[in-house]
Amino acid sequence: MKAGAAARMRLGGMIRKESLQILRDPSSIAIAFVMPLVLLLLFGYGVSLDAKHIPLAMVLEEPDADTASLIGAFRRSSWFDARGFDSIQAAQQAFDRREVFGIVWLRNDFSQRLLTRGEAPIGVIVNGVDANQARITQGYIQGVWQVWLNSYASSKGVELTQPVALEPRIWFNAAVRSTAFLVPGLIAVIMTLIGAMLTSLVVAREWERGTMEALMVTPVRIGEMVVGKLVPYFVLGMGGMLLSVAMALWLFDVPLRGSFWLLTATSALFMLVALGMGLLISVFARNQFVAGQLSILITFLPAFILSGFIFEIGAMPAPIQVLTHIIPARYFVAILQTLFLAGNIWPIVLANSAALAVMMVLFLGLARRNMHKRLDA
Amino acid sequence: MPPDVSSAAALVFDGVSKRFGAEGRTVTAVQSVDIGIEAGKVAGLIGPDGAGKTTLMRLAAGLLRPDEGRIRALNIDVVEHPLAVQSTVGYMPQRFGLYEDLSVQENLDLYADLQGVAKADRPERYRALMHMTGLAPFTRRLAGHLSGGMKQKLGLACTLVRPPRLLLLDEPTAGVDPVSRRELWSIVYRQVREQGMSVLLSTAYLDEAARCDEVILMHEGRRLGQGSPQSFSAPMRGRTFRVTAPALNKRTLQTRLSAVPGVIDAIIEGEQVRIVSATPHLPDLSAVVEDGGALRTAPADPVFEDAFIARLKGDASMSSAHARLAEESRAAAAGAGHNDAVIEVRDLQRRFGDFYAVKGVSFSVQRGEVFGLLGANGAGKSTTFRMLCGLLPVTAGEVQVAGVDLRHAVAQARARLGYMAQRFSLYENLTVLQNLRFFASAYGLHRARGKQRIAWALEAFELTDYAGAGSRDLPLGFKQRLAMAAALMHEPEILFLDEPTSGVDPLARREFWQRINALAEAGVTVLVTTHFMDEANYCDRLVIMAEGEVLAKGTPADMKARFRDAEHPDPTMEDAFISMIEAHEQRKEAAA
Repeated sequence: MKAGAAARMRLGGMIRKESLQILRDPSSIAIAFVMPLVLLLLFGYGVSLDAKHIPLAMVLEEPDADTASLIGAFRRSSWFDARGFDSIQAAQQAFDRREVFGIVWLRNDFSQRLLTRGEAPIGVIVNGVDANQARITQGYIQGVWQVWLNSYASSKGVELTQPVALEPRIWFNAAVRSTAFLVPGLIAVIMTLIGAMLTSLVVAREWERGTMEALMVTPVRIGEMVVGKLVPYFVLGMGGMLLSVAMALWLFDVPLRGSFWLLTATSALFMLVALGMGLLISVFARNQFVAGQLSILITFLPAFILSGFIFEIGAMPAPIQVLTHIIPARYFVAILQTLFLAGNIWPIVLANSAALAVMMVLFLGLARRNMHKRLDA
Repeated sequence: MPPDVSSAAALVFDGVSKRFGAEGRTVTAVQSVDIGIEAGKVAGLIGPDGAGKTTLMRLAAGLLRPDEGRIRALNIDVVEHPLAVQSTVGYMPQRFGLYEDLSVQENLDLYADLQGVAKADRPERYRALMHMTGLAPFTRRLAGHLSGGMKQKLGLACTLVRPPRLLLLDEPTAGVDPVSRRELWSIVYRQVREQGMSVLLSTAYLDEAARCDEVILMHEGRRLGQGSPQSFSAPMRGRTFRVTAPALNKRTLQTRLSAVPGVIDAIIEGEQVRIVSATPHLPDLSAVVEDGGALRTAPADPVFEDAFIARLKGDASMSSAHARLAEESRAAAAGAGHNDAVIEVRDLQRRFGDFYAVKGVSFSVQRGEVFGLLGANGAGKSTTFRMLCGLLPVTAGEVQVAGVDLRHAVAQARARLGYMAQRFSLYENLTVLQNLRFFASAYGLHRARGKQRIAWALEAFELTDYAGAGSRDLPLGFKQRLAMAAALMHEPEILFLDEPTSGVDPLARREFWQRINALAEAGVTVLVTTHFMDEANYCDRLVIMAEGEVLAKGTPADMKARFRDAEHPDPTMEDAFISMIEAHEQRKEAAA
């Protein structure tokens, strides 16, 4: 047999074996398809960074037409569930019982001050235990108040004494739905999981079960072993990616403003980076426990926390911001959020893809260099 | 002796050493080993665990690089051209290298692809291999669902899918039942005969030496010798004897014979004691029996193990320390002579899902008895044991241990029994002393008593010199001693030992059985599982188990007597075991 034909036969045998193992092993199917499903549903429905239906106490010390109009504005907003109280004491009691998250206090001279001085005569108290929620609530209250004040002023023909009229306009995610921004980022986390964790686990399993030793004493070359492992998991990872994209588009109504083919191409690039990390871990971790721990610690968690998928990188302390540059998911999250929410913004896509390409060469190269057909290397 | 470096040699090791560095220490796994294996021969690499067998196999396959020396396989330098060697040899690692989630056929296909077997040649080759291994009816079954013996044969078939010129088999018979062991040997010899293959096979079973053309004897990383099996046992001719003394029980006889100067080995064999003399004469045994009691001796045929023991011990007499331990405990045993059943098992069952690991097992054990459970891996021995110790709930049946019904009062029974698990369950990162202290406190021994028992354990098990040593670094035989000391901390009435001698070298095994003898004479009841057929001889009574059932029970002599016929005038325990398993298989087939 010619050398080329023998090499093809060996590679074919490795790929076939690996694919059969994936099909037979419920855990790899679970990691590739069930885990994305759970994560997507969890982040799509369960975790939301938006504040909606915040219970709010409105203290109306002297109800009249103006206060009724303001409370109406709060009630109409989908952000608040407003309840009326006639004294601040009653509102405080509700606050202490955690029935309300914030208090808007309209004093008995509300209408009078509104007309005479044209300034904000409302008191706002917000539960600061959850700082994030508190800031959002505060912002929304201000928003509602501002909008109401503007319409009130124009209806009365009164000029407001505010130097700048704030007119917010939100771009890219006009509905300000965090789902639209979380779900694309989640794809990066899911592909990291399949590429790095699954790959390192299956290689470690071969060490544990002693099959690696048997493979090594066959004419198979290291390169063939590596490619034989990469191909099936590449396909599996891209499958996980397609599942996530489909759910993003049709279940969570996330727009895809960029090109699908560009998305596929950059995903393929990131998949190779993740596989490279998995192989590199498997060079050092020869049992599944260590491989699992290592891949969670150095690939999954950083992709989760430091990639900008949930937490904005610009808001992190400077040293942590520097650290995020070595997290491959960071570049892919930027590409994903751009392609989904903005479109084919080439400078961003190309710059981040270049970073990914460098990392792919680095990880795959390091993994290949440290793999030997020997046990003592 | 220098290795044979002629071109006819299939494998040559020339002054090979291999060291491993672990946590700042270097362990020498193989030390200046010379080996020459002739083409077309079956060579056995024989030695206990830790002898360096696996390291030598891996060196030969190019999986490890030697620190010193040269290795040539089929005239190719293994260090320079590992891939060329890996393309011509067949290698089966210890766990057979099978993918358990692939079927028999898929495993074969994978190895045929990797070995470059042309598609056109495959059907015929597969047919031949499946016929030879008897796996033809199971080609669609997942490898993980095969029995141990079938896995071993499939592993071998995968290794042979493209007939290699040199076959390297690392402990292919470890943990496999005797029937499968015999089949494996016949397949190997067939390859040698039909294909002119050369074979290097490692094994920890010394009795397999006789099946090899050539034996390389290894111990602690060094080669003790190489030659034909006969060349090892021939010098022992005239130095082995069988001794019987009607007035003494066999264990007492063995203990006393061990203490006689000039006796380098004394083991129980059936109802007799077999001794090996340091010289070609029968040593003076007059001190063994008091008042001129009868003592019969007869010459015996030497076996390979005699040569191994003789080489290891030289002419030194056996250490008298355990003999002393035995004598002391015998005095203590004087009171505990009453004969009552301490363990009663009736119709014991244990089910996992729809699989019966143990079904319908019944036996009883008398006080002070050494009772054995003999069977291959997966026969249900360990499961039975775990139920007797209250570690595993009983599915059905009755179990009484020390008069306590285990279904109701587990804790009460546990205080009276000691259990030594497979692989010894020690805390490897603690020292010997720390382990003993822990077990003393775990058994609730108060301060003074604990101190006293620890002192006893260190002395009786000769661990004093190792008290500060980390348990991880102990040789296997010492780990076994420590585990046994830990199990005896609270002076239990009943001692359960699960595969206590697995992987332990023959010397350590002998010491171990002497301690067991001493304990039994002190009135401790000992239950032991083993897959070493020859160890059955040490038991007073035993049951033979297969697939969760008891095939036979009785004394070792009874069992062997049942299979005495013209062809087997003096059957061994293994002969008896194999015919029982075969009869069991036939019954199953007839029923199916």
